Amino acid sequence: METLEKSSTFQVDKNGYYGLFGGAFIPEMLYPNVEELRNTYLSIIEQPDFQRDFNHLLKNYVGRPTPLYLAPRLSEKYGTTVYLKREDLCHTGAHKINNTIGQILLAQRLGKKRIVAETGAGQHGVATATVCALMGVECIVYMGEHDIERQAPNVARMKMLGAEVRAATCGSKTLKDATNEAMRHWINNPVDTHYIIGSVVGPHPYPDMVARFQSVISAEIKTQLLEQTGNANPDYVVACVGGGSNAAGAFFHYLDDTDVQLIAVEAAGKGVDTGFSAATTALGNAGVLHGSRTLLMQTEDGQVVEPYSISAGLDYPGIGPVHAHLYQTGRAKFLSATDDEAVQAAFELAKIEGIIPALETAHALAILDRLGAGAHEVVVVNLSGRGDKDLATFMKYID
Amino acid sequence: MNRIIELFQKQSANNLNVYYTAGFPNVSDTLPILVSLQEAGADLVEIGMPYSDPVADGETIQQSNQQALENGMTVRLLFEQLQEMRANVTIPVLLMGYINPVIQFGIEDFCKKCAEVGVDGLILPDMPMDVYLNEYKAIFESYGLVNIFLVTPQTSESRIRQIDSVSDGFIYTVSSASVTGSQSGVSDNMETYFEQINAMNLRNPRLIGFGIKDQKTFTMACRYANGAIIGSAFIRMLQKSGFHPNDVKAFIGSIKANKPTEVDV
Ligand SMILES: Cc1ncc(COP(=O)(O)O)c(C=O)c1O
Repeated sequence: METLEKSSTFQVDKNGYYGLFGGAFIPEMLYPNVEELRNTYLSIIEQPDFQRDFNHLLKNYVGRPTPLYLAPRLSEKYGTTVYLKREDLCHTGAHKINNTIGQILLAQRLGKKRIVAETGAGQHGVATATVCALMGVECIVYMGEHDIERQAPNVARMKMLGAEVRAATCGSKTLKDATNEAMRHWINNPVDTHYIIGSVVGPHPYPDMVARFQSVISAEIKTQLLEQTGNANPDYVVACVGGGSNAAGAFFHYLDDTDVQLIAVEAAGKGVDTGFSAATTALGNAGVLHGSRTLLMQTEDGQVVEPYSISAGLDYPGIGPVHAHLYQTGRAKFLSATDDEAVQAAFELAKIEGIIPALETAHALAILDRLGAGAHEVVVVNLSGRGDKDLATFMKYID
Repeated sequence: MNRIIELFQKQSANNLNVYYTAGFPNVSDTLPILVSLQEAGADLVEIGMPYSDPVADGETIQQSNQQALENGMTVRLLFEQLQEMRANVTIPVLLMGYINPVIQFGIEDFCKKCAEVGVDGLILPDMPMDVYLNEYKAIFESYGLVNIFLVTPQTSESRIRQIDSVSDGFIYTVSSASVTGSQSGVSDNMETYFEQINAMNLRNPRLIGFGIKDQKTFTMACRYANGAIIGSAFIRMLQKSGFHPNDVKAFIGSIKANKPTEVDV
């Protein structure tokens, strides 16, 4: 886990901002909860017993460290050296559980009796339901009605794990609406409930807290790449961005290493200019969404635009404030991939490496052809999750 | 003088503040509803600027927001509708809403427009106090706008005092830990909480809101504060039967009937 004193300008400052972005834009009803977290999160996660429990569970329950796999045929195809950071091999099938393990340990230390969470693809919902089962804590997951339909296997998993899945029926009935409902639930249950946000979004300290829990990804990449190549730093780190937690974790320990290019891939949906897209940096501008000042897709009147992506986990109209800052400062480069490109990339990885990636992850793979990485360069793609949950979507493309 | 401050100087008890959503049920209802609320006896009014993601609101106000947006309501249109409001409306008017549409309009432009049409105060529940103090306060003040903060049963005494010290107009006292429109009514521990705030002798007047829906709850709230705020109950009435000035008169009349005579504020 990272130490407190980060001198980096890419880390959150003491007021909860990344440059212009971040903060805690929350109604007073949430103030005491968020303030409690703000005052305690760093001291709790730095306690030796927290670190001991966190590392123990990451190793023995999640299955960390996850492999850093040199993908030979993918490398050959793109004429460069591609390593895959296998977060898909985490228990529950995605990086999301790194965060939920951290937050459930935190919630226990805060004496909370109940967990509420939002989910898009269902991966965060499953990861939350899992740690709640592990700890014997009540769990309520809000999920957009539309996502409940397209991610049925994960709904079943959450239920089997003992969670209550509640449909968000407003707006686009996807991740943004599930997040609204989870926040309302927290407002209505302020004392005994902890809200486990699933990405680097929300009011400070959530973006920083989630990034710290996910930072294990880049900590491991550094060690593994050093072992395998003699150099801890690749030329590129590539990750998909919904809210941005897997990207934040994969970038974390490279933020100050400017020899490493950070590539964030958003969902272009049917195409950035088609009106059916979730490419926030291309289509959005600064405003406030879910408690932080960030970039978001909105109308001229400041109404949040309903995004679109084939991938439920990327179907979100904003990005975490850290990514807004990385975009604005130019520290990370933002690309996007369409539905079709992502599906094609998923099939390709399945065929040439024997790995079926999540639809979210497939967006990161889809830009390899336009990355321009050279023969002697090293690319690490964060393989954020596995594709079992997306089989129904993939089947539609078969034949 | 600011009309809100003036109101509480003249009348310290039983003030009825009514919330409604601009552009609902029909887009052109905004000003007529305001006028009819004044005629019906509302003491001040809070006009909601509809927003796509109202996280602090329950189903009733979520629906009125969504309907208003579908009707084509925008901040710009609201200012057009309110352009001539001071020809008829003398009671204090506040705008309430989430911060994002205000940021998009431009804080300074927004405040300027408020002053131009005669808005007296703002309630922006998701505007953090530090952002207000550091970035917006001077602008609000230069346009004569008061900013209304919320306190809840979970707000610590020290924070209530801090809010009191940076507030003008009144303090919005949220009755319970909930989003708007909760049906839980008013419980005993609420009354303990109201008494505790009362005992703090704050410099600002207070209005109690959330869960105030009829004469009984209004009267109870008025025992502990300078008045109360009705929102979802009024919206439900509009949802059920549409906007008719006589209904508004009957609704407000039913709430203000039997003004409590004993007031210990
Ligand atoms: C496998 C996978 N990758 C990526 C994401 C997107 O989230 P984030 O941008 O926070 O990593 C999700 C979200 O559900 C996911 O399931």
